[in-house]
Amino acid sequence: MRRELGFRLVIGAFAVLVVGLVVAIGVELSRQSWLSIARFGLAFWLDRTWDPVAGEFGALPFIWGTLYSSGLALLLATPVALGIAVFISDLCPAWLRGPLVFFTELLAAIPSIVYGLWGIFVLVPAVRQFEIAMPELLRRLPLFSGPPLGVGMLAAALILAVMIVPFTSSVAREVLKTVPMAQREAAYALGATRFEAIRSAIFFARTGIVGAVMLGFGRALGETMAVTMVIGNNPQISPSLFAPQYTMAAVIANEFTEATDDLYLHALIEIGLVLFLITLIVNSASRLLIWAMGRTARPAARRVELGAAA
Amino acid sequence: MMTATTSVPVPTARSGSVPHEPVGRARIDVRGLSFFYGVTRALDDITLQLYPNVVTAFIGPSGCGKSTFLRTLNRMNDIIPGARVQGTVLLDGEDIYRAGVDVVALRRRVGMVFQKSNPFPKSIFENVAYGLRINRMAGSRSELAGRVEDSLKQAALWDEVKDRLQDSALALSGGQQQRLCIARALAIQPDVLLMDEPASALDPIATQRIEELVYALKQTYTVIIVTHNMQQAARVSDFTAFFWLGRLVEYDRTDRIFTAPAEKLTEDYVTGRFG
Amino acid sequence: MMLDARRRFLSALFVAACGLSVVLALVPLGLILFFVIGSGVQALNLEFFTALPKPVGEPGGGMLNAFVGTLILTGLASLMAIPAGVLSGIYMSEYAGTRLATATRFAADTLNGVPSIVIGIFAYGIAVLPFRQFSALAGGLALGIMMVPIIARTTEEMLLLVPAAMREGALALGATRARAVFTVIVPAALPGIVTGAVLALARIAGETAPLLFTSFNNRFFSTDLRQPISSVTVQVFTYAISPYEDWRRQAWAGALVLVSFVLACSVLARLVTARIQRGWA
Repeated sequence: MRRELGFRLVIGAFAVLVVGLVVAIGVELSRQSWLSIARFGLAFWLDRTWDPVAGEFGALPFIWGTLYSSGLALLLATPVALGIAVFISDLCPAWLRGPLVFFTELLAAIPSIVYGLWGIFVLVPAVRQFEIAMPELLRRLPLFSGPPLGVGMLAAALILAVMIVPFTSSVAREVLKTVPMAQREAAYALGATRFEAIRSAIFFARTGIVGAVMLGFGRALGETMAVTMVIGNNPQISPSLFAPQYTMAAVIANEFTEATDDLYLHALIEIGLVLFLITLIVNSASRLLIWAMGRTARPAARRVELGAAA
Repeated sequence: MMTATTSVPVPTARSGSVPHEPVGRARIDVRGLSFFYGVTRALDDITLQLYPNVVTAFIGPSGCGKSTFLRTLNRMNDIIPGARVQGTVLLDGEDIYRAGVDVVALRRRVGMVFQKSNPFPKSIFENVAYGLRINRMAGSRSELAGRVEDSLKQAALWDEVKDRLQDSALALSGGQQQRLCIARALAIQPDVLLMDEPASALDPIATQRIEELVYALKQTYTVIIVTHNMQQAARVSDFTAFFWLGRLVEYDRTDRIFTAPAEKLTEDYVTGRFG
Repeated sequence: MMLDARRRFLSALFVAACGLSVVLALVPLGLILFFVIGSGVQALNLEFFTALPKPVGEPGGGMLNAFVGTLILTGLASLMAIPAGVLSGIYMSEYAGTRLATATRFAADTLNGVPSIVIGIFAYGIAVLPFRQFSALAGGLALGIMMVPIIARTTEEMLLLVPAAMREGALALGATRARAVFTVIVPAALPGIVTGAVLALARIAGETAPLLFTSFNNRFFSTDLRQPISSVTVQVFTYAISPYEDWRRQAWAGALVLVSFVLACSVLARLVTARIQRGWA
């Protein structure tokens, strides 16, 4: 047994390394944002003015931009993602399943920078045309106010939506797979239509599906390149879809190498720290939901994360 | 509550077989063995001796503990969490459950063939050579090849695979795979060969070949075979132990067990009154 | 009867809506591929792959330094991540019930969900700040950290698929646990493990954010690990936001190369996975 102990210690060390990495990230981020935390405290997150030149660091615009863009993206993406998940798992003919899964995986695998490139040169001009074509009456609404730049919240939300659809749908698909066939069979045997049978399956899997949606939300929160290339990068708080705004990830990406003094850098890193914590909470909660659902169905919930990871 | 007789029965020669001299010292000596998984008692106070150069069969209904008992003899039960052993198992006089015993070396001496054949996803040659390599039992490449050939011959598989030793073992038929696993176990020259229902997953023709093999192997090894097939036990073994609910009910020469058992329970089982 | 018709109508509507969502998702995919291939192919020539970038404003030039840079960065990342990922995956499968295994699984999944820019900040803190310079090593570290959880979880999953009978067979022949794992179980799961590594590689080859302030960028050709280094993704980003038409075309070409690479890896992974599933059946 002594020999096994050596083996166990060595590979255990690498397992500890993985755990340690997560802890280390939290620690290092806290360490490197200390100046900003100490100086501004909680006011950092309530101040709307981000003016590094004047030494004013208010991060509220970034929280606003992140939540607005991710929330809107979620609204747009979730029905589509669930529709795909249902289609692939319950509705489509067997021969179509493989190719469809392949295409959704491909969509998920496209690098963020490519989305961003396409965003700048294809999506933004299209959105600009859309903004220009908007009737005057609607333009008066705060939701559609502002000059038609093309870049702005709408473009960001659209591109985020496209990016999280494959992710959410593959996780939702795995969740639906864990619903026992018996559930649907019982519904059909009672004379249910396809819609009603699938609805009962979705109801059975509702916890897991909520988890899948949240995972998509978590993914949107952290998305950087595609967003920063189409959102306009303006630290303002505006309800308008047309207004250029800023997200937490985008400001870090853009201004990190421009940070001239330590306070500036620490302020940016503090934003990164909070982004880390938010995604940690959202992802953990969603995985908890998926795991809890998996326990009631079959113990196959682990495969869900792997579908998401790869 | 029944334990084996402590006298040493003399195995009589079966018709057509090579007569062997009376056995003296038992190769494996089990005394008061009980086995637990956590709080469940799986084996209850078993005492018997297993003799060299004979085939001993363990029979009994499913769940009676015969496989569990078999696995205590090479400490394969160690890998079950919560496993606990009481009593002693002596291999040539030494307790294999004593603290500090090298389990790896034990398993070299007490080999095992499993119910469902489990060849490695490697070539036929590499499967048989595996035990030789990890136990460093062959000096040169030619010595290794020689031992592999020997083992395959002992397992009556050599003629069928000698031209395709590099092929994947998974391409063989079920019966061939099982004989390959036997060859793999024999390659490291164990003293004892434990076989856990080796033919239960095979068709009748393959089963017959395994049985012939088992009968031939006892010339060189101590063979202990677990089987749920009573006719098989009657055909192949010299001694039979009947287990029920984790207890050893009766242990005697095979012909006695099947024609004139001492215990009523044994008689009921061998006559098929319960399965 | 009326109720039946209404229910049937709803059901048909639902099915149509699901089908529509599939179309809605495939349309952007089609558009992206269309533009990437269409615009990218134009700038794709031998010079693109073999030449270095020309000074600002001058047409022509290529992304040789970027391709080499990405190769070096992914190589570094793999060197760090594959041993760590595989070994921790082995731990999670061999000692699956232990608290450490559960904690590792949770940590790996968490790490998977951490935004790549945050990992970039971490790598900046521990590999750039102390040495006061951007380097390929720091970029490789950031990418490696991202690879570890993917490789660890796929390794664990693949190892758990290997029948327990294999381990028993090896142990019964006198193998120690370590021997059984490394000479029988891991080789049996190897195709799946390699696939996981390939997918992880494809994912990080396309990453930009964590490189922005670790490996930074380099206009010149460099293989020095302690200096900033170029990469395809960062170069595409730089070109994309620039005002020069020629650079923008090269950005599309770079994007085409990235997408082709990712596509190739996905196809490869699918083929191997299909073979594995046939093997175990």
